[in-house]
Amino acid sequence: MSVLTYREAIRAALAEELTRDENVVLMGEEVAQFHGAYKVSEGLLEKFGPDRIVDTPISEAGFIGMGVGASMLGIRPVMELMFWSFYSVAFDQILNNAANVRYMSGGLINCPIVIRGPANGGTNVGATHSHTPENVLANHPGVKVIVPSTAADAKGLLKSAIRDNDPCFFLENTLLYGEKGEVSDDPELLIPLGLADVKRQGTDLTIVTYGRCVLHSLAAAEILEKEHDISVEIVDLRTIRPLDIDTVLASVKKTHRVLIVEEQKPFASVGSQIAYMIQREAFDELDGPIHRLATIDAPAIYSPPVEVEQLPNPQRVLKAALAAVA
Amino acid sequence: MSKKAVPTADQKDEAKTTCAAGQAAQAPINAQLTKEEKIELHRKMVRIRRFEERSLRSYQAKKIGGFLHLYIGQEAVAVGCCSLMGKNDHVITAYRDHGHAMAVGMDTKPLMAELYGKITGCSKGKGGSMHYFAPSLNYWGGHGIVGGQIPLGTGLAYALKFKKLKGAAMAFMGDGAVNQGAVHEAYNLAALWNLPVIFVIENNGYSMGTSQERSSAGPGLAQRAEAYGMNWGTCFGHDVYEVRATMDKFLTLAREKNQPAVVEIDTYRYRGHSVADPDKTYRTREEIEEYRRTKDPIQLFQQRLLDEGVLTEALAEQINTEAVAEADLAADFAEASPFPTPDDIQKDVYWEADNADKRTSKGRLFFD
Repeated sequence: MSVLTYREAIRAALAEELTRDENVVLMGEEVAQFHGAYKVSEGLLEKFGPDRIVDTPISEAGFIGMGVGASMLGIRPVMELMFWSFYSVAFDQILNNAANVRYMSGGLINCPIVIRGPANGGTNVGATHSHTPENVLANHPGVKVIVPSTAADAKGLLKSAIRDNDPCFFLENTLLYGEKGEVSDDPELLIPLGLADVKRQGTDLTIVTYGRCVLHSLAAAEILEKEHDISVEIVDLRTIRPLDIDTVLASVKKTHRVLIVEEQKPFASVGSQIAYMIQREAFDELDGPIHRLATIDAPAIYSPPVEVEQLPNPQRVLKAALAAVA
Repeated sequence: MSKKAVPTADQKDEAKTTCAAGQAAQAPINAQLTKEEKIELHRKMVRIRRFEERSLRSYQAKKIGGFLHLYIGQEAVAVGCCSLMGKNDHVITAYRDHGHAMAVGMDTKPLMAELYGKITGCSKGKGGSMHYFAPSLNYWGGHGIVGGQIPLGTGLAYALKFKKLKGAAMAFMGDGAVNQGAVHEAYNLAALWNLPVIFVIENNGYSMGTSQERSSAGPGLAQRAEAYGMNWGTCFGHDVYEVRATMDKFLTLAREKNQPAVVEIDTYRYRGHSVADPDKTYRTREEIEEYRRTKDPIQLFQQRLLDEGVLTEALAEQINTEAVAEADLAADFAEASPFPTPDDIQKDVYWEADNADKRTSKGRLFFD
């Protein structure tokens, strides 16, 4: 075990999988000589060389489509989006080609690509760079969507994603890159996709969440415990698709109250789908309506102190949790 | 004609095409063909045309739904290009893909069954006309979004180079695709990294109803390659020998030196863009008739082979009859085949769901 940052954990996963499988290639803007816009790929060029760590021009549609095509002939590309916000530049390649070629060919092809990069607000980079498209991606059958909250989860899940034979979209967070955690050194330790993790046990309220909101929820849970005597259980989804709804439902059966916390614009968010499923499959377990704390419904504001209030944060989670158990 | 005239050999840089019109037969790649190989080129073009005609009749009889983009008139392009494929060469194209599918060797029964939406279709009825695939024949579809397949073609070439295989990818598109941003991105990547891909522009003069003249700025479509420092060429696509001679040059450069290229092949379609196109407003009957009369690829090649004594009238007639029969048989097969069931809808979505014994992920892949 080592204590690694989320960034280092991702880097370790990349290095291990690049070592293990000669067909894995990391490509993207500034991943090689610049060592990565967020330094995730630091040192990998020196270790693996320019054939395995590839700087691309600014051509998301071009290089992601290229990766999809290459994966049809046995390459396993890990393509970095500097910001997941840039997915919309490559929307056709991601959601018509990567997501659909298997289906349209009647199963003759599969597309073992990984697209990874940070998907988050909170860094004052404005409306075009702050997208969290996990809901949009997960709406497409054929793809897998992963949003890890901790260093250990990031490493184990990225390794699984790279070895997975379906297109996997891995959404990181620039504000998590520096967060430390205990991470296994075992190069064969994989975390399966589609397995949620109860990050905190509790009895009064289930918070269903993922990504950086897990940390906000844990912070709020401490206050709820100490100052309000409310025991919160936090279910970290880890993977959006495939979805571990069973862990969520088991928690709902325990606490009977649900608050969904997500860094998502409200309409057709991930939480919207979760809420539908909970009330459909565990209606009688609920003592009240399902609550949801999301991003305030507007494009991402720039002004730094105001952006904090637009996104979920520990104070907003606290308020929402109190409302959910009232 | 609303397409810029393809420059002839004496009007432009000699290096741009392999040979002047008429000399293509003497190019080694063609001169070395056996009699049987020549007949096979002809037969393939005839088979494609008869299949397309038969599928049109089936569409009109409401056996086929959605899109149908016929290749009639363009046969020499797919047949010529695909006839040059070696074991490490790969092909990808857009939605006018029936010709390429047959040219690489797909069997017409599953092709017709696919149009009919039957489970016996080459894509199990899940793709339809625009989505024929045959990985075992190095054929990667069949794609519906204009230009969307071109980065994939660059990717095929990337993989070939990465694996140090001596081969090339041919990525086909129409004249309407050349203005898509993704195409330019794919050109740049191929040129920047010396990837063995030939971008083949099948210029039939029209994107749906909008002529090249009304769509594309600049002097020529393939000439845009110069902006990326790429080789380029043009070709009279109604002559299968010319297609072969031109493409052979660029394929060789790709396979041996990893040099990409853009090749613009002048061709023409007799039918509308698709069956939904009434084809009444953007071109004249006279124009279509002129092409049929003077530039029909099947007619031209048949005449050449008759003159050479490779074909006889009787054999030509037999080839035609057999092609008609083959297409009818394919339609019978399609008619008699079952449809997929609703239970089939969610198969072939995830590799993991289709290989459940090897699945490592947990949780729900599908929702309701």
